Amino acid sequence: MLFMTAMLGIVMSNNVIQLWLFWELTSISSFLLISYWWHKSEARKGARMALAVTGAGGLALLGGLMLLGDIVGSYDLDVILASKAIIQSHDLYELALVLVLLGAFTKSAQFPFHFWLPHAMAAPTPVSAYLHSATMVKAGIFLLARFYPALAGTEMWFLLVGLTGLATLLFGAYIALFKHDLKGLLAYSTISHLGLITLLLGLDTELATVAAIFHIINHATFKASLFMATGIIDHETGTRDMRKLNGMWRFMPYTATLAMVAAAAMAGVPLLNGFLSKEMFFAETLHQQVLGSMSWLIPVLATVAGAFAVAYSARFIHDVFFNGDPIDLPRTPHEPPRYMRVPIEILVVLCILVGIFPSFTVDSILSAASLAVLGEAMPEYKLTIWHGFNLPLLMSAMAVVGGLFIYVNRKYLFQFQASLPTLNAKKTFERAVLSVVAWCQSKINSTENGSLQRYLVIMLGVVLLCAGWPLFEMQQLAGSMPRTPVDVHNAIGAGLLIIGAIATVIWHRSRMVALLMLSIVGLMVSVLFTRFSAPDLALTQLTVEVATIILLMLALFFLPQHTPKESSSLRVLRDLGIASTIGVVVASICYAILTRPLNSISDYFVANAKTGGGGTNVVNVILVDFRGFDTLGEITVLGIAALGIFKVLSRIPLFMPASDSEGRPWARERYPILLASISQSLLPLALLVSAYIFLRGHNLPGGGFIAGLVTSIAFILQYMAHGSNWITERFDINYRKIIASGIGIAMFTGVGSWFFGRPFLTTWFDYFDIPFVGKTELASAIVFDLGVYLTVVGATLMILASLGNMTSDAPKKEVNI
Amino acid sequence: MELLYASCVGVLVSCGVFLLLRARTFPVVLGLTMISYAVNLFLFSSGRLTINKAVVLGTGADYADPLPQALVLTAIVIGFAMTAFVVILAIRGRADLGSDHVDGSPVKSAAVVKEQK
Repeated sequence: MLFMTAMLGIVMSNNVIQLWLFWELTSISSFLLISYWWHKSEARKGARMALAVTGAGGLALLGGLMLLGDIVGSYDLDVILASKAIIQSHDLYELALVLVLLGAFTKSAQFPFHFWLPHAMAAPTPVSAYLHSATMVKAGIFLLARFYPALAGTEMWFLLVGLTGLATLLFGAYIALFKHDLKGLLAYSTISHLGLITLLLGLDTELATVAAIFHIINHATFKASLFMATGIIDHETGTRDMRKLNGMWRFMPYTATLAMVAAAAMAGVPLLNGFLSKEMFFAETLHQQVLGSMSWLIPVLATVAGAFAVAYSARFIHDVFFNGDPIDLPRTPHEPPRYMRVPIEILVVLCILVGIFPSFTVDSILSAASLAVLGEAMPEYKLTIWHGFNLPLLMSAMAVVGGLFIYVNRKYLFQFQASLPTLNAKKTFERAVLSVVAWCQSKINSTENGSLQRYLVIMLGVVLLCAGWPLFEMQQLAGSMPRTPVDVHNAIGAGLLIIGAIATVIWHRSRMVALLMLSIVGLMVSVLFTRFSAPDLALTQLTVEVATIILLMLALFFLPQHTPKESSSLRVLRDLGIASTIGVVVASICYAILTRPLNSISDYFVANAKTGGGGTNVVNVILVDFRGFDTLGEITVLGIAALGIFKVLSRIPLFMPASDSEGRPWARERYPILLASISQSLLPLALLVSAYIFLRGHNLPGGGFIAGLVTSIAFILQYMAHGSNWITERFDINYRKIIASGIGIAMFTGVGSWFFGRPFLTTWFDYFDIPFVGKTELASAIVFDLGVYLTVVGATLMILASLGNMTSDAPKKEVNI
Repeated sequence: MELLYASCVGVLVSCGVFLLLRARTFPVVLGLTMISYAVNLFLFSSGRLTINKAVVLGTGADYADPLPQALVLTAIVIGFAMTAFVVILAIRGRADLGSDHVDGSPVKSAAVVKEQK
């Protein structure tokens, strides 16, 4: 079904990328079908080979189609097909052509990519009949025919398509003769017929194209019936080896007749459909002038190939159904049940009908199909059995006679073939695959040595290259904005910031000190936000800073207090170099941005915050309204991080230091009474403050994020003062539920606006008179903010409490976090 | 002023990167925190430096750019969550591997590489 859908998709897509997608789908489904008997290594290898070859071709095709789309400026098939002139005069025409052809050739098993098709015959016989003779390999031909109007008509098209087709035709026909396996014979004959069709398309006359399409139809009918006949023989006798299968005529005369008719059609015997298209083919080879004075070569080679086709068809008939007695067959053959023969009967009747009454049967289909390929005027052509005595007929006759002659004298040819060195495509392919794998493995080993530091250095180096290089191309670093003068406060702030940062680095070995220094940096950053008119940011930074430092301190309890000295001086020097270069680059970019005039889209937000979002604090309105979807995503990330931490910390093999790094035991008094009482009385105050910050957030600095952080810090203080057991005794909150309800509330507020016919997350607001409070604005955004608040509280507390819980050495009861 | 601001960002980035390149987990976490400060400041600076401008509608005629502020605000909170996650991973790594080296343990990792070969 998948395969059918994909094939239909290829045929019906009008977008080249879509076409490519279905194309790949056929590759994958055929891979699955070939490996149907997954327990056989032969089937698995064949499937892998088919996938590798067609997949590689598919990539080439994608490249070609992209190029075509780029040249034309549209990925619509109609547009591409209509712009032949543009494509062919473009510089990249050759590349695009070669890539598209590669895709088509690999799919249709054209020489030299033919080798996967015989190995794909490891599939069950009906699958082979369906996939590899009738449909999938025709996809490549279809592609050639589809792009014929756009790509064909040049010297290069002929050289590539025609010669590939010719080579495939000859090669396939020649090899088919020597195959002992029935399906192998059919596989190579399929390759050869595909070559014939390709050659016809390459000949590049309109009649040749008609002939190609005619042959596609004919080939599908007779080859499918042959495959099914093979299936029956395989089923009845248990072997497909032609050296054992002899004299089947006596056991299954009915099947034999059917198969013989089909094989005759393949050979191109008159009164059958194969004859007609072959005749057209011979006629076309005579009419072309593409090789200049050497053009006579093509009809001659075509006749030779025709002779081989007759020879292998004769072998199929003679070796299987006559030629003495069968040699130790696994089973005694007899006529197959009726229903197995029905499909063959239908197809063979079709062969004969088309062969005898061509104008009734296929004329209309053929002209419709040819019209689709050629696009415009149909050439004059006649489908009749008898064209009179002419050169093509003579060629046919020569082919039949020559073929029979070859078959009769096949012993000598077989000996000759046996004396040639055998080239096993499968072995070669596997060796190639192995060497590629080995090469990749060695590359992986050399780049991926498991050192995080090395990866980081490489990454940072790339960053440096990409970010630093454009700086050199800039004319001038500083922009045109007037500089603001430095005042004392700023200078002091910046000085503290820089000192804090450098001190962190200097003392990074003793971790506690480094952490304290880092907190200076964080503090200075929040002061900086205040200074530069960003009170919301300052509040957030301050509260986050508190939470971060508490978290890191807790973490230090489980980590060594000091960092051992490991890096060599050279390494430190290298790292210093990298670090300072990156710092310089970033600082330069920052400076360049700062000194250029600002052209912001914020005017829109400022103008619409009050009227559209109903709040005067633009930052908060942006968060909960204009970019509410972002915020929703961000609180989800927060929630996920908290849950992840919870999971990582559960069932951790605990490492609890009994004393600090200098061997002193921990203080006996775990929860100082002073801290406990003060923090307890502070809690309601802190909650009040956070409620206030939360409520005013829409109009004045504040909002859900900050209020949430303030609340969390108040609770963290309780944890620190009393320990987690004390807290859980008093109120047993499940933080996971808080996070979930927070995200849920935010989500439903957004969905709510749908019920009023508005887009997701539209804010509704109005003013109400509430007794004792006065005229108050109520906005739906506040509900959204409530969701944000709950998520922040839940996530922060969950992170800190789950870490803090681990330090409580009280008998572990199931703590509900 | 702009120069001072830019150099502050530069120093933060340099220190952060240097700490990031250390071999133990805790300095790496410190470095990440430092870099996230720097990134926030950097993003904030795309609204240009504005002193004493109005942030709330109706309190002045000239407004500070609210968009970078809003973006940085969420970035700060997310940054906290990420720092927390990394530090917890570090603890778990220490507990599971018995070392706080970023590659597991320096001695062990070499052996593992050999085994793979």
